[in-house]
Amino acid sequence: MSQIICRDLSLSYNGKTVSEGVSFTVEAGDYLCIVGDNGSGKTTLMKAILGLKLPDKGEILFDKESRVRAGDIGYLPQQTESSKDLPASVYETVLSGFSGKMGLRPFHTKAEREEARKNMERMGVLHLEKKSFSELSGGQRQRVLLARALCAASKILLLDEPVSGLDPNAAADMYSVIQDLNKNLGITVIMITHDIEAVVRYSSKVLRMGTVPTFFGSAEEYEHNSFHSENDEEDKNV
Amino acid sequence: MFKTLASYFSYDFVRYALIVGVLISLCAALFGVILVLKRFSFIGDGLSHVAFGALAVASVTGLTNNMLIIMPTTVIAAILLLKTGQHTKIKGDAAIAMISVSALALGYLILNVFSSSANVAGDVCSTLFGSFAILTLSATDTILCLGVSIAVIVFFVLFYNKIFLVTFDEDFAEATGVKTPLYNLLIAIFTAIIIALAMNLVGSLLISALIIFPALSAMRVCKSFKGVIITSGLLSVIATTVGILAAILLSTPVGATIVATDLLAFLLFFIVGKIIKA
Repeated sequence: MSQIICRDLSLSYNGKTVSEGVSFTVEAGDYLCIVGDNGSGKTTLMKAILGLKLPDKGEILFDKESRVRAGDIGYLPQQTESSKDLPASVYETVLSGFSGKMGLRPFHTKAEREEARKNMERMGVLHLEKKSFSELSGGQRQRVLLARALCAASKILLLDEPVSGLDPNAAADMYSVIQDLNKNLGITVIMITHDIEAVVRYSSKVLRMGTVPTFFGSAEEYEHNSFHSENDEEDKNV
Repeated sequence: MFKTLASYFSYDFVRYALIVGVLISLCAALFGVILVLKRFSFIGDGLSHVAFGALAVASVTGLTNNMLIIMPTTVIAAILLLKTGQHTKIKGDAAIAMISVSALALGYLILNVFSSSANVAGDVCSTLFGSFAILTLSATDTILCLGVSIAVIVFFVLFYNKIFLVTFDEDFAEATGVKTPLYNLLIAIFTAIIIALAMNLVGSLLISALIIFPALSAMRVCKSFKGVIITSGLLSVIATTVGILAAILLSTPVGATIVATDLLAFLLFFIVGKIIKA
């Protein structure tokens, strides 16, 4: 069952076209990795799917039967320096994932508070609930933000370089919780990454941006395609 | 000392000053947290200078209620500053510095050229550093202040969760359906309103202190957002009360005394914060 259908998208960043003719389909339960050089429009594509940016051309459709609306999508943004020193507790951070769903209702319901706790437990950060977000390690932060994304949506997760800046152990840890969400909760995962090993190991589909034509296919097809190796190795070192 | 204070409290104007001072500093402290965290503190500073310029124009036109000019001008300036801060060719901070010094210079110029007052220097000084204007509030001023402050606080409480998310992570907020631009706009407008009101209390040069100090102090010691908000609000109310009372007892300028109290509180929280972390 298709959840998101993108047809012939053209995307631009700061007035410059970064990708053209991007077409792909996301099925329910997919684990899609988006790879490509820096500046090839990966994050821009993600923002377009989230409705934060309009594509110059083409369309993004959310399938009616699978009842996906823009609000059903959770998002884990790229880590930014500025968000690291905000004084907010872990619990507050996770709970804020519900804000979009609340409409004009000013306060959280009991059900929302319980679900926030459940999501923290799933991500293994419940014991940190009173800690300040700024005191956490990089890996803990990402898991807290993943718990927040789960509060926002339970169907599709968009992850923008979820392991960048993490040490190998924390990265492996992060991959395993993402896989758990995909396998056991059936959540569709769309992830931007430079980590080719992870692509081959975890993903079911791959979208490679920045080449003409844009590659879109299964992880096996991608692995057996020779074009990725050189460029992506470079990416990893960036 | 208490006898002296008690005798002062028998005067309406002292009570008005205290009520208005407490409410304005509470509002300033609440929004101050947001402005500091969003790295918008410079907007507060720029707006206070715009408010000074507007006050100069208002006093020359001879309107009885100068808020009619100050409030809208400051609000419009806030909206413009917010827009320039977002997508810019001129760097946001440079644009704000430009607007704020221009408003300051033009305001002083207008006062000098057109003012009918015999003591221009004194007028300017009192608008910049806060005069005893806070002690000359009428019942109408007090009610206006009361109404607006309560509106600001109600807005803050009702939209607390959205304000939190918009402060913390704009992209995530917007991606999950929170109308981020709208909340940014509302935050800017309410900031402008608070600044216009606070001019009477501490003067336009010292308003930034009222916005920034309580937030920074609270952030030294609190780990949660709620903690920071509550501490900042309480601290600001206490500092303003102490400041006003001290100013009355010692016959010092009200605005400067309040700011000095805020500074002392900050130093205290700074030390406590260091001790907690050690």
